[in-house]
Amino acid sequence: MTLPWSAQLIHLSAALLLLLSFAMLAQRRVRSLVNLFAAQGATLVVSTVIVAWSSGQHHLYYSAAMTLVLKVFLLPAILHRLIRRLEVQWDTETLVNIPTVLLIGLLVVIFSFGLAQPISQFADTVTRSTLGIAIAVVLLAFLMMITRRKAVSQVVGFLAMENGLFFAATSATYGMPMVVELGIALDVLVGVFILGIFFFQIREQFESLDLHHLETLKED
Amino acid sequence: MNAITVLTQLLSVLIGVALAPLFLGWVNQCRAWLSNRTAPSLLQPYRTIRKLLHKDAVIAEGASPLFRAVPYLLFGAMATAAAIVPSLSTALPFGKSADAIALVGLFATARVFIALAAMDIGTAFGTLGARREMMIGFLAEPALLMVVFTASLIVGSTELPVMAETLAGRAVAIYPSLAFAAVAFVMVLLAENARIPIDNPTTHLELTMIHEAMVLEYSARHLALIEWASALKLFNYACIGFALFLPWGLAPASAGAEGLLLAFGLLLLKLVVAGAGLALMETLSAKLRIFRAPEFLAMAFLLAVLGLLVRLLLRS
Amino acid sequence: MTALMAGIGGPLAVVVAWLLIGLAGLLRPQSTRIVARVLFPLGAAGGVALMACAFPALSADPISVTLPLGLPDLPFHLRLDALSAFFLVLLGVASAGISIFSAGYFRDGEGTAPGLLCLQYHVFLASMALVLMANDAYGFMVAWETMALSSYFLVTTQHRIAEIRSAGFLYLLLAHVGAISILLSFGVLQGGQWQFAFDAMRQAQLSPTWASAAFFLALFGFGAKAGLVPLHVWLPEAHPAAPSPVSALMSGVMLKTALYGVLRVSFDLLHAQLWWWGAVALAAGLFTALFGVVFAAVQTDMKRLLAYSSIENIGIAFAAFGLAILFHCSGMPALAALALAAMLYHSLNHALFKSLLFLATGSVLHATHERSLGKLGGLIRRMPWVAWTALIGTFAIAGLPPLNGFVSEWLLLQSFLFTPQLPQPFANMMIPLGAAALALTAALAAYVMVKFYGVVFLGQHREPQLAEARDCSVLERVGLVWLSVGCVLLGLVPAWVLLQIDRVNVLLLGSGLELQGRSVWALVPMSSERAAYSPIVFLLGAVLVVGLTVFGVRRLYHGRVRRAPAWDCGYPLQTSRMQDTAEGFGQPIRHIFEPFFSMRRELPTPFDKAPRYRVEVLDRFWAALYLPIARAVLRVAALVGRLQHGRIGIYLLYSFVTLIALLVIVL
Repeated sequence: MTLPWSAQLIHLSAALLLLLSFAMLAQRRVRSLVNLFAAQGATLVVSTVIVAWSSGQHHLYYSAAMTLVLKVFLLPAILHRLIRRLEVQWDTETLVNIPTVLLIGLLVVIFSFGLAQPISQFADTVTRSTLGIAIAVVLLAFLMMITRRKAVSQVVGFLAMENGLFFAATSATYGMPMVVELGIALDVLVGVFILGIFFFQIREQFESLDLHHLETLKED
Repeated sequence: MNAITVLTQLLSVLIGVALAPLFLGWVNQCRAWLSNRTAPSLLQPYRTIRKLLHKDAVIAEGASPLFRAVPYLLFGAMATAAAIVPSLSTALPFGKSADAIALVGLFATARVFIALAAMDIGTAFGTLGARREMMIGFLAEPALLMVVFTASLIVGSTELPVMAETLAGRAVAIYPSLAFAAVAFVMVLLAENARIPIDNPTTHLELTMIHEAMVLEYSARHLALIEWASALKLFNYACIGFALFLPWGLAPASAGAEGLLLAFGLLLLKLVVAGAGLALMETLSAKLRIFRAPEFLAMAFLLAVLGLLVRLLLRS
Repeated sequence: MTALMAGIGGPLAVVVAWLLIGLAGLLRPQSTRIVARVLFPLGAAGGVALMACAFPALSADPISVTLPLGLPDLPFHLRLDALSAFFLVLLGVASAGISIFSAGYFRDGEGTAPGLLCLQYHVFLASMALVLMANDAYGFMVAWETMALSSYFLVTTQHRIAEIRSAGFLYLLLAHVGAISILLSFGVLQGGQWQFAFDAMRQAQLSPTWASAAFFLALFGFGAKAGLVPLHVWLPEAHPAAPSPVSALMSGVMLKTALYGVLRVSFDLLHAQLWWWGAVALAAGLFTALFGVVFAAVQTDMKRLLAYSSIENIGIAFAAFGLAILFHCSGMPALAALALAAMLYHSLNHALFKSLLFLATGSVLHATHERSLGKLGGLIRRMPWVAWTALIGTFAIAGLPPLNGFVSEWLLLQSFLFTPQLPQPFANMMIPLGAAALALTAALAAYVMVKFYGVVFLGQHREPQLAEARDCSVLERVGLVWLSVGCVLLGLVPAWVLLQIDRVNVLLLGSGLELQGRSVWALVPMSSERAAYSPIVFLLGAVLVVGLTVFGVRRLYHGRVRRAPAWDCGYPLQTSRMQDTAEGFGQPIRHIFEPFFSMRRELPTPFDKAPRYRVEVLDRFWAALYLPIARAVLRVAALVGRLQHGRIGIYLLYSFVTLIALLVIVL
């Protein structure tokens, strides 16, 4: 069985997304994390364009363009700027050591494929087997948020989660309605701005972005 | 099996043995250029080997026969590996006797031999090197095995010549799992050949040495053989990489002399590009602390396993 | 009676001969000379004879006999089929080497009198042979318990040392917990017929629930004998306590009888298997393998190290077994046969190389009186025979080509690799993880063995008195060489061995690998396009290349060699204490797998007058599983203890009440 070219390319970009997710999970430096996030965005753009081209769904071109502007250029630029202003180039040790995190990630991948198997039976698109990868990307981003201490990397994890959702939408069901997509994009943008403001607040309060300082806020 | 295939077999071993120091010279040259140094000659490794071969050997007191035998065994193992890995042609009758798993086993045998030899004299640095080498090895070996498995799941064979032939012969199809395997393979290659993020082949700082620490007590012809074997190992790894990820250009069993010549040209081209890429990677990265090395290799291992999983899962 | 002549008579004669040799030891119990020079070599001859007469039975039809002796009205049934024959050959080969080694090994002052030792040893051998031939539950259990008891006495040979007594007790305890489980399994297997002959059990039709109960009871019982985690705790205690030939016999052969039992129950006595049994066995096996090898890497006692390595190898065998069930139930007969063949091959290999290494540690122990790795070193120069044969064992157990350990690993990896789609998606996804765990285990085994060999035999003597170590005696050498030749041969002619093993496949699975007509020179389990491995060609090629290298270098080079003190980067002061110790060599593993261990460390400070470094690696299972159980048992015992008053009248009252209660229930 040979799949058509477009499906093969989508599979490849799915695999790349997963690879980038794992790279993000393993990355200690915040700057490289943002770059990996941008690369993930770029992969997403490519896959969206391919889906748009192969399925003839023209509105996907717009989502691709929006992703390109937002996730490849704008958000990484904002994050880089934040990192420079906040002087948090380095992430400290993760909470759990990295090979263990990756091992957990592996199990998460197996789990999400198991999860996707019954769902993808109903989808009729050629690329339905990528649904598992999309779920895995979401869960891996979640995992990254859990294991990091610094607020910036948690924001990156949050954004990567959105990437996974977007990929699920495009590859498995050929995209969401445009209005929904625009809404989500706006949410993400606003979210980053708000979180950026929070960063400054947190740092003013504790003179650090290490989130374990927040633990002192609870009442005893 | 006829005379031609036997000749091809011999030729590929000879080319491997002869070209390996040249490849190493090329990598060193690129590294020098990239770090703005004057590069040594391309032939420098040959000169080193020749110089070493003509020196008097000094052997530590109390060295057992094992110590003296190991350089020959090591070189023999790497040359045997060159007979299994398709570098020029996929017509390798000897490749029928040992598949990719046996090849990984052969590399492991070589590693155990050199580690035992390093422990034989009983010096502090020798045992330290042996321990570190085995530490790298126990993570790199399964990673390499998983890389091979990913490819052989696609092909349905564990014999490298068959794998290369099938992968090259398929109507061009994209295998996402091979992307994972390729990344893992490069990481294993760097670790196994004592390249930069793990080990520095040119280091002379005792505490950071791995490979060098093991061969400290060797001199003259023994050292020459070990150096040559290391070059050959790098060459073999490069050829495994070509066979799995860039299988195009290997001469098929039916090819005549022109076919082999063409394959040789392509091999040189691939080596030039791969060597430059390797040098670039080494220049761009910084050496990891020794405690980070297991993390690096665990990452390679998990990526390879992930490749295997992706292969099984995207097939549905 | 004709059946007795036809094939089963040979093994039975060997059993009788072993028993007679054992009894002969009692005639002159204090004479080491007679026991060592006459009786043990005769026992070894028995081993060779067993190998010779069990081998034809591999290809013969199963033979059953009913012995005229046994329990009242319950005569023992024996049966010799391909499965029994395979394990009998294994017993014969390994015991021949171990017995001849023992002839040179046992000397005065071992604790138990030599004649008694001879009796225990040969009863142990005979009971193992009977376990392998038993064809009814009674005979099996009698032989099984005799085996446990005789080996318990052998373990406690040095019974004056308290630790050895407690190690022996632990062994006996787990052996009996296991035996109870096996007995219960047989109870389930007879399926309400109350017929305890295996032939009747084969006919019994069990529901899936009862079949599962029987399987898991058997897995638990035999797992306790084999050392499946978490039932492994007796192995690292009993093996160092026992004399080395006994450790060799227990690790090399006795653990295999447990594998035999698992195979007998799950493939022969149970008529159908369920796939998830295989998944459980696979997971348990892989975990055991990884656990064993990681712990082996941090041991500092050479026999404990080997004991943990046995746990690892048993884990590999169980993983292969689980895979075989998984494939068998998924309708993939060829792959099931491949996995089963890998299991059997690995059992045979392990019998040889583990016995070899245990015997080698015995020689080292006798020569140096030292078991701690931290005090050995450099023995290759003092004990070349032991060192070079142990090198073969080391390479074999590390799974390096062209020796035998590699072959079974190769077969197992192949069966992992050529898994097509299994019907269960979840099991399907676990297969790559299993292959990865196996590959990691194999690579770690190489690490462990480099540590073992390098620290014991290479380097400088860590203690001055090692310079007086003497090589082993002639008979010991014969034993060592016998086993190492076995390792080499099994590595070089795998295709022929596989052809023999395939008969067991046919018996258990109904179909084999269909190897007929294939070349004996190359191991081709499926098709030659898929995978082939021919070690002889491979070895010849490598030898040729090495020979040419030696020749070429000799031609180019003038050959002058100078001996000088070791250079070591020019550091002036070098002592043997600067080498890596066993702790040092295990350090990376301790670092990487830290969550596995519970460690107790004692680190020196810069101001210590007498600095001391100590690290103790403890088994988490001990604290998490066994100690709570022990505490619970003690608590229950204390409750029961309240019944004890010491007054006869009250005890009679208990009996009276019990009698009344029973009568009420029954009537």
